Amino acid sequence: MERIISARFDIPNADQLDVYLEHGGYRALKKVLTEMTPEQVIEEVKKSALRGCGGAGFPTGMKWGFVPKDSPKPKYLVCNADESEPGTFKDRQIMEKDPHGLIEGILIGAYAIGAHLAFIYIRGEYWYLKEKLERVIDEARQGGYVGRNILGTGFDCDIIVHPGAGAYICGEETALLESLEGKRGYPRLKPPFPASVGLYGCPTVINNVETLAWVPHIILRGGEWFHRLGTEKSGGHRLYSLSGHVVRPGVYERPLGYPLKRLIYEDGGGIRDGKRLKAVVPGGASSPILTAEEAESATLDYEPLAALGTMMGSGAVIVMDEDTDIVRTTYSFIKFFAHESCGWCVPCREGTRWMVKIFERLLRGGGTERDLEMLVTLSDNMFGRTHCPLGDAAAWAVGPAVKKFRADFERYLTRRGAVAAD
Amino acid sequence: MFSQQAEREIDRLLARYPRKRSAIIPVLFIAQKERGYLSDDVLEYVAKRMGLTYLDVVTVVSFYTMFYRRPIGKYNIQLCNNVSCMLCGSEKIQEHIERKLGITFGQTTPDGRFTLTEVQCLGSCGTAPVMQVNFDYYENLTPENVDQILDSLP
Ligand SMILES: Cc1cc2nc3c(=O)[nH]c(=O)nc-3n(C[C@H](O)[C@H](O)[C@H](O)COP(=O)(O)O)c2cc1C
Ligand code: SF4
Ligand code: FES
Repeated sequence: MERIISARFDIPNADQLDVYLEHGGYRALKKVLTEMTPEQVIEEVKKSALRGCGGAGFPTGMKWGFVPKDSPKPKYLVCNADESEPGTFKDRQIMEKDPHGLIEGILIGAYAIGAHLAFIYIRGEYWYLKEKLERVIDEARQGGYVGRNILGTGFDCDIIVHPGAGAYICGEETALLESLEGKRGYPRLKPPFPASVGLYGCPTVINNVETLAWVPHIILRGGEWFHRLGTEKSGGHRLYSLSGHVVRPGVYERPLGYPLKRLIYEDGGGIRDGKRLKAVVPGGASSPILTAEEAESATLDYEPLAALGTMMGSGAVIVMDEDTDIVRTTYSFIKFFAHESCGWCVPCREGTRWMVKIFERLLRGGGTERDLEMLVTLSDNMFGRTHCPLGDAAAWAVGPAVKKFRADFERYLTRRGAVAAD
Repeated sequence: MFSQQAEREIDRLLARYPRKRSAIIPVLFIAQKERGYLSDDVLEYVAKRMGLTYLDVVTVVSFYTMFYRRPIGKYNIQLCNNVSCMLCGSEKIQEHIERKLGITFGQTTPDGRFTLTEVQCLGSCGTAPVMQVNFDYYENLTPENVDQILDSLP
């Protein structure tokens, strides 16, 4: 399989402008600015069937097409580099090893939607990458690729790298916009969608790092080519973040529709210490857990994973061996969601806290059957009743785990029957 | 209130965004770098500098975990305990650091040198377990290399 988005990862110094240029860099930008209209760019991206790599999988070309062309307001492109979904570490690879590829994608996206200012919202923990991106942008500016009159075509676009400060919810696109406006990162009500009312009330497109980094490749080789690499509804390859109990964890570029089993056993080298597989979380902490049996037949694509009751998410595959205690891993996830709940709505704020308490009781050895039922009930009641998808994700992290790995949970039950006084 | 360089950097940030208020997070990072933490008088000053109220600023600060309202250790050891790290032994690393320094999560050593903080996924799950000391990443942790890392800090 030809590696595309990760092709430059192994080239030494591909993060430097001259090396980037030697390896095809900024050719797509030049093509777009000199040969294509914004509409043609959007059309090509639509043809590619590229879907957002940040979690929701929304078709990128369609999202760009929603930006009103006749609006007199400025338009903005925001690159989501918050990368905080537990298990995900792919955007970091792009920014570290092929940062100009991201900058080129951002510029093409900005041109397509008519933006002259773009932002990269990067999680504060990636401070070294923030500084690196600022150096890379300066280098691109000196080369005439960023700023005023790019490549002499009259197109202007500047890029600001903006740090987050430790809040998972700010990865959610509307919370991100609030944060970028200098406020607390509470998610906004949708509609209106950011494409019409986004940053400072202006039309705004938010795209994940990987999504934007794919764009130059699509421009150079064509939307149809990209589409053919993947499946009918989802074009191209993806960067999968593989972690947990595998021999070779890491970021792997593989097609959409790739068998999960191959990723774990061929690419990842199988389970560590010759152990057996117990469970897989296929798309980051927000995606429901799969049993080994389910993982056996799963393919990494939106619809097939949805049919298994889980999701593609951020492409973060977390592998767990036979000795893993699903109660402890689920506790870690729910603690995460409780900690990151922004507190705006009651079912999420209270539901996650309550779940944490139940887990703590279980782990202390004071849990009962009723507690397990309560976890499932809470999960069912939270789902679909929260203001943003974080609440759903929290519910999804718990309910399916209790149902599928009941034996793990029952091991903790000492006193059965009555709910322990708490 | 801050060094000249910091004040200049704040001016640059305030001019850089379409709306000044957007600069609040980067400005607060500068303030924190200058003072170590964000005391009330620092927040008052930031508010004045940005044309905001103290309340505007304090409600933003309290939303984000990377801002400190109280002094912390010279080195903030931020250990990830999320699932990928847990599967690779982060709890052993936690125990090791706790024993070595005599503190648990949320505490600072009496000499003010180390604070130990539990953090969420740091985006390094393929090289777990992972910690950040202030802004520096340390990956593939073992009790031995943790000793080396912590002992060799200036
Ligand atoms: C709680 C939550 C956290 C999210 N975190 C991220 C993130 O860290 N990075 C990201 O790109 N998208 C994240 N998303 C998805 C964004 O809301 C948005 O869908 C995405 O940035 C759009 O870009 P894309 O279409 O290119 O994927 C998150 C969503 C939710 C609900
Ligand atoms: S679901 Fe949770 S994170 Fe989302 S708005 Fe409600 S409280 Fe905040
Ligand atoms: S789980 Fe620890 S870095 Fe991701």
